[in-house]
Amino acid sequence: MIATLLSGDAPRSRVLSVLLLVVLVCLALAPFLFPGTRSLDTAARICVFILLVASYDLLLGYGGIVSFAHTMFFGMGAYGVALSCEFLGRSWGALAFGIGAGIVAAIATAFLIGLFSLRVRAIFFAMITLAVASAVAVLVSQLSQITGGEDGLNYQIPRALTPAFKFMEEPVFGVRMNGKLLNYYVVFVGALVGVLFLLRVVNSPFGRVLQAIRENDFRAEAIGYRVVQYRVAATCLSAAIAAFAGALYAIWLRYVGPSTVLSMEIMLDILLMVVIGGMGTIYGAVLGATLFVVAQNYLQELMGLAEGAFEGLPLLPALLSPDRWLLWLGLLFILSVYFFPTGIVGRLRDGR
Amino acid sequence: MSLAPDHAPTMARKGLAERLAPWAPVLLVPVMVLLGYLAIPATSSWLTLTVSGLAMGMMIFIMASGMTLVFGLMDVINFGHGAFVSIGAFVGVSVLIWLGGMAGAPSLVLNLLAMGAAAIAAMVVTGGVGWAFEKVIVKPVYGAHLKQILVTMGGLIVIEQLIVVIWGPEEIFIRRPETLQGGLTFAGAAIEKYRLLAVGVGLVLFLAMRFVLRRTKIGLIVRAGVENGEMVEALGYRLRLVFVGVFIAGSALAGLGGVMWGMYQELITAHMGQEVMILIFIVVIIGGLGSVEGCFIGALLVGLLQNYIAFLEPKVALISNIGLMVAILMWRPMGMIPVVKAK
Repeated sequence: MIATLLSGDAPRSRVLSVLLLVVLVCLALAPFLFPGTRSLDTAARICVFILLVASYDLLLGYGGIVSFAHTMFFGMGAYGVALSCEFLGRSWGALAFGIGAGIVAAIATAFLIGLFSLRVRAIFFAMITLAVASAVAVLVSQLSQITGGEDGLNYQIPRALTPAFKFMEEPVFGVRMNGKLLNYYVVFVGALVGVLFLLRVVNSPFGRVLQAIRENDFRAEAIGYRVVQYRVAATCLSAAIAAFAGALYAIWLRYVGPSTVLSMEIMLDILLMVVIGGMGTIYGAVLGATLFVVAQNYLQELMGLAEGAFEGLPLLPALLSPDRWLLWLGLLFILSVYFFPTGIVGRLRDGR
Repeated sequence: MSLAPDHAPTMARKGLAERLAPWAPVLLVPVMVLLGYLAIPATSSWLTLTVSGLAMGMMIFIMASGMTLVFGLMDVINFGHGAFVSIGAFVGVSVLIWLGGMAGAPSLVLNLLAMGAAAIAAMVVTGGVGWAFEKVIVKPVYGAHLKQILVTMGGLIVIEQLIVVIWGPEEIFIRRPETLQGGLTFAGAAIEKYRLLAVGVGLVLFLAMRFVLRRTKIGLIVRAGVENGEMVEALGYRLRLVFVGVFIAGSALAGLGGVMWGMYQELITAHMGQEVMILIFIVVIIGGLGSVEGCFIGALLVGLLQNYIAFLEPKVALISNIGLMVAILMWRPMGMIPVVKAK
């Protein structure tokens, strides 16, 4: 049963299994284990990012394709939900339409970009996605009548998913049974199903061919696989799931804006999560995203403390200021590409 | 036994279209200018836009040329190239502010000296940083595109953040030197002096680069290296050294481009490198990765198109370059002047 759910791709390391189980249990029971708005927010963010990073892993880790447009697809899902809730009113139909429209838009864009760039050289893809993604980000902040520009959009989702809706009068284990809880479980189940689906995909014959192309595209072509078609299909699939993750995020936040779903910083976060967790092992996304989101929430406070401790010294406070945390992220990123190319999961599996 | 078929050589001249085909990319630039002339109602605004388009194109070319050569020579894709643009701009502008007396004086000679000092300082610093970047960041990942993209992107972030640490997070406004402000009026069109200077510098650099690549021994080795690196090494040249040299020169040019771009915008930020990087990528791709001539033509096309479209339909300007890229890739999937690899 479990083997079927994981598509026969067991974690293959005792420590890894335990870690994954801990993450799963913590996320499944997050509202009961960690009461409080902020920690529930963190848990939902972790769920969304696990799915987003796992979908990126399909592209980077299995397909060997670097894309800088993953936040664009993420944003398409989020803005799909936001716009349809804003303009079609507060209903389940609008929500479903928004999710569907976002996913379709993401697939169409991914198909076009993929067709243009992957046909020639896989390396074009990285450059073209960067160009397109930045153009879209600028476009979204320019078309402020529709998208709300830099301020983003606040919108209403069906009442059953908001804190105002109570489906039980009495709290259970001290947790109020309201729409917020339902909303969290929508996000959690969505992410869980998404990740299991991705595991299914990468362990299918399709996933095997992708890995073969990553290792040696010339040889894969010679054996008779149409490399371009496989690469484009992987891009579209990954974009669709990224858009789904974006839709979940939009449902949870009830707000979208360029800085929360489209910025280059989020793209870097995704890259870092994949590399730290371990490329080419969907499980790496789970660990990478969890670690990173938790660290992100608490690391900046730590840096603020460090800045205070070194006050008066030259340069050090400026280097340690919480605003400079991208600097350390960049360094960490370079070091992990050099020294831990297989990430946490690779390390754990080797040290079994 | 059958007779040999009749052999009748034809001496017909090739058709006009066939003879023009190799020149098609070069002809695109005048075609673009002509289209602009037809689309823009007033001749004076067309002239202004053309000059500023050419100036912008030249500056993009200066920044992009290093990247395309580095790729052609060693198959290294450097996403951190934009960082050199930012560094160049910040160093150059700091020098200009330091030489405020010279830059503020109403004498063309003194102003040009100040600009020259700023440019040289920027090139020296970015060349040095480029050397270190190659050694520390790029060298360990030769031959692995995926890691190159990831690591150089990381390098870009780190350098950008270091700029913020050194120069502070605020954007810096800078005035152009006294005599380079304002413009000339020619045939009823206002043409900024600084743009003419940029066109001149870009043209001189392009011709110099062509001369070095076509007429000197080192240029011969570089061109041969682009075509077939292994063969050049087999003949006893240390391509690795040549590559480091090209990387340093390319970084220095990016730094020079950064100063010029910063003065053009009269505003510099740590992010400017990343923003310009998008244009550089588009130019390098449509020109054909590894081709300096293609890069030059691509840069001019992008500069002209951006200026024309921004005048005609400002909202479309954002995506016009992407449209140009798509059109050219549909026509020639490897870029306008593809580099033939003997691999």
